[in-house]
Amino acid sequence: MVEEIQEPLLSAKNKKAFTDPFSENNPITIQVLGVCSALAVTAQLKPSLVMGIAVMAVLAGSNVVISSIRKLIPNKVRIIVEMTVVASLVILVDQVLKAYAFDVSKQLSVFVGLIITNCIVLGRLEAFAMGNKPWASLLDGLGNGLGYAWVLAIVGLFREVLGSGSVLGYKLFGDIYKAGYVDNGLMVLAPGAFILLGLLIWVQRTLSHYVED
Amino acid sequence: MELLSLAIRSIFVENILLAYFLGMCSYLAVSKKVSTAFGLGVAVIFVLTLTTPLNWAIHEFFLKQGSLVWTGMPALAAMDLSFLNFICFIAVIAATVQIVEMFIDKTSQKLYTALGIFLPLITVNCAILGSSLFMVEREYDFAQTLVFGASSGVGFFLAIMSMASIRHKLRYSNVPEGLRGLGITMLTTGLIAMAFMAFSGM
Repeated sequence: MVEEIQEPLLSAKNKKAFTDPFSENNPITIQVLGVCSALAVTAQLKPSLVMGIAVMAVLAGSNVVISSIRKLIPNKVRIIVEMTVVASLVILVDQVLKAYAFDVSKQLSVFVGLIITNCIVLGRLEAFAMGNKPWASLLDGLGNGLGYAWVLAIVGLFREVLGSGSVLGYKLFGDIYKAGYVDNGLMVLAPGAFILLGLLIWVQRTLSHYVED
Repeated sequence: MELLSLAIRSIFVENILLAYFLGMCSYLAVSKKVSTAFGLGVAVIFVLTLTTPLNWAIHEFFLKQGSLVWTGMPALAAMDLSFLNFICFIAVIAATVQIVEMFIDKTSQKLYTALGIFLPLITVNCAILGSSLFMVEREYDFAQTLVFGASSGVGFFLAIMSMASIRHKLRYSNVPEGLRGLGITMLTTGLIAMAFMAFSGM
């Protein structure tokens, strides 16, 4: 307990755990975790935002829970324990979505349930929450959740603007269609998602000078 | 005949990886070498063929609304436990993978060294859980579930094998620095996905 008093709430280390995932250590573009849902739900902006928030909630919640019981978990069965905690939180999120945002929950379909196997969640639990205090784990969870959410939001924004010519359902180009402009239908389909995320990764990695060998 | 068209649809047209993006993490991580990609692909086919029908049975006889009628108790018969789907499915998958791993270890050492390291990875492969959830959402019967599970696995196998072969060739090309690794893999996958879309007219 003495250590915790000595360490200020927003010490340099904690701040780093929170801000690193935005760019230098982004879960999607650098760590390559959780790519499935980043592609699947981003055909429009609204489900992308909801998915970002849902993952952030599960990530922060499970990080705190696992970090507080980390000394009680036997090493051999830790994956099962982690899975159970994550699955329970996902059930909660799923029920909340069904109650308050039913249309989005229908749109996300199986991908809410797939947060359980989203590699970001398990990856952060294994890499961070198992070895750090709850408060730092909460910041790490929120940071990674935000890092994930902004990539989703950008991919979702581009796919909706280019693919359906709208933002959050509002049509953008009313008269431009008459001049011969056509929506790029490929952006709504699977290949568009792959190519757009590939380009985003290129831009992000060039900006943060990250080179994979 | 209907089952055959379901099989073709889930292997090519609605490929679990290229159309639904499931199993991307292991696909990106393990497609660097053809031999490891082969190992993972076979392991995925194996586990999917086992767990999807198993989860079907659990959903059908325990969790679905009105599925507990066989107990004979009216209080149980009215119950809808389908919100427990997630936690039951993931437990079944984790347990099956563990049992399969121990079984292979005891019976065939050769297969174990080939598949061994990939089996634990499979528990967190979204393709496995995803197929079970799709099976519930689309209300397949037992035969359809079996075919859907197996052919989803074959679809994953095809996708990861073709990617591994392409990456094998990519090693000799001069890719811009920021695009190396993940970036170029994404773009290539996009092109493969586009090619697979051509099947949708069949």
